[in-house]
Amino acid sequence: MSNIKPIYLDHSAATPVDKEVLKIMLPYFSQTYGNPSSLHSFGQAAAAAVSQARENVADFLSCQASEIIFTSGATEADNLAIFGLVNALREKNPKEKLHLITSVIEHPAVLEPVRRLEAEGVRVTYLPVRKNGVINLENFIKAIKDNTVFISIMYVNSEIGAIQPIRQMGEVIEKINRQRAKSGANRKIYFHTDATQALNFLNCDVKYLGVDLLSLSGHKIYGPKGVGALFVRAGTALSGVQLGGHHEKNLRSGTLNVPGIVGLGQAIKICATNQKKNNKEILKLRDKFIAQVKRLIPRVIINTDLKNSTPAHANISFVGAEGESILIALDLEGIAVSTGSACASANLKASPVLLAIGLKEEIAHSTIRFTFGKNNTAAEVKRVLKILPPLVKRLRRLAPEL
Amino acid sequence: MQYSKKVIEHFRNPHNQGRIKNADAVGQVGNAACGDVMKIYLKINENKKGEKIIKDIKFETLGCAAAISVSSALTDLAKGKTLAQALAITKDKIVKDLGGLPPIKVHCSMLGVEALRLAINNL
Repeated sequence: MSNIKPIYLDHSAATPVDKEVLKIMLPYFSQTYGNPSSLHSFGQAAAAAVSQARENVADFLSCQASEIIFTSGATEADNLAIFGLVNALREKNPKEKLHLITSVIEHPAVLEPVRRLEAEGVRVTYLPVRKNGVINLENFIKAIKDNTVFISIMYVNSEIGAIQPIRQMGEVIEKINRQRAKSGANRKIYFHTDATQALNFLNCDVKYLGVDLLSLSGHKIYGPKGVGALFVRAGTALSGVQLGGHHEKNLRSGTLNVPGIVGLGQAIKICATNQKKNNKEILKLRDKFIAQVKRLIPRVIINTDLKNSTPAHANISFVGAEGESILIALDLEGIAVSTGSACASANLKASPVLLAIGLKEEIAHSTIRFTFGKNNTAAEVKRVLKILPPLVKRLRRLAPEL
Repeated sequence: MQYSKKVIEHFRNPHNQGRIKNADAVGQVGNAACGDVMKIYLKINENKKGEKIIKDIKFETLGCAAAISVSSALTDLAKGKTLAQALAITKDKIVKDLGGLPPIKVHCSMLGVEALRLAINNL
């Protein structure tokens, strides 16, 4: 392993920071280090850089710069969207019984805040998914009640890459909101999507999607870790969660992470310009990989619906071998992959996402997520295909007949 | 997951891996739904004092790197021991032999102890 360049196939966990992104960030550590809230020229230079980054994010989402709140990442953005909105609604109408809708395959950054609200008395519907990881639109429509005020559905699932019909959902919600307005109801449904895994690959125009809130993160788009953003449509009631310094229109207090924000702004700009070309190349690698895995390795199950996923995801079960041991064995060969999601690796339970698409627990335990990126090459895929089949065979041989 | 060098060594080249045909006893614990299954095969002999000893021991394991290395280290510890000595092998001894295990993986060492005890009980 020491002489060979490692192969990174875990782009859903993190991506390398683009050289161009790093370069534009560097001056904001030791040269243009002012606090953007300061009125002197040091501060104003930093504030100008933050403004430019905000414009870039707004351009990508086709929204106003004033609708972007910078955060420490998508987890914080999700927390702010959920608690911020529901708290604002509760403050307005403390006696109302509110109803939320989300799905069983959301990231914990959505599920855990929602569960907290549920414990506080908010009603919640958790929508199931079909075998391909996609929510049935009819189920979605049926779940909407008169007191539904908030819906949070992820754009792309991080484990299997399934794409949710956010635009169609947005259209449904818009129609209901129009009807409600006509009938004089003052309740609106607010629609949030965590688009963290979608930015690289899909249209994230917030008007096209029909969303009121959208979360994103820097480190999934070849930008830095520890920075993200929440789009909040103008006029959306939101109550700040992190209080203290009146930053970001008092919705997210805390000194702005200027180098991170500058990096996010540059990464999202690059992401927009090369999206089509990258998608095509990544798709070619991924599809070739899956075709060869199916040809070379018996008893595999492809959990990613290739017709309805990002081009990057290949979630595969190797029946009869355990996922973590495949991961460690690949890592010893210099190949980085993931079992389920990185967030789940600290607990030993089978991935809830894989169980939700109908996998048995023992199959879920034998699952590996490969996520390709724009810097991967055909030669790398070839090497993985050489190493993976004998490795799976060896681990299967270690196991007793069941 | 931070595994010790020793764990990785056992994982790369497990000792006593495989089956024993005509084994005197077999013990299998765990289940695939939990992610780990461990199966121990024993061949028994008597020493000069007339005590029963583990002449040969082999394992088959479906599981994580920790489960595989625990199986390997356990069989090393048990081989050639009297049944009484084998029953006295603890999970702490296995973990120590492996140069430690990540806290969430310590349960794998218990699985090893249970598989061996079950095999001996099945004699």
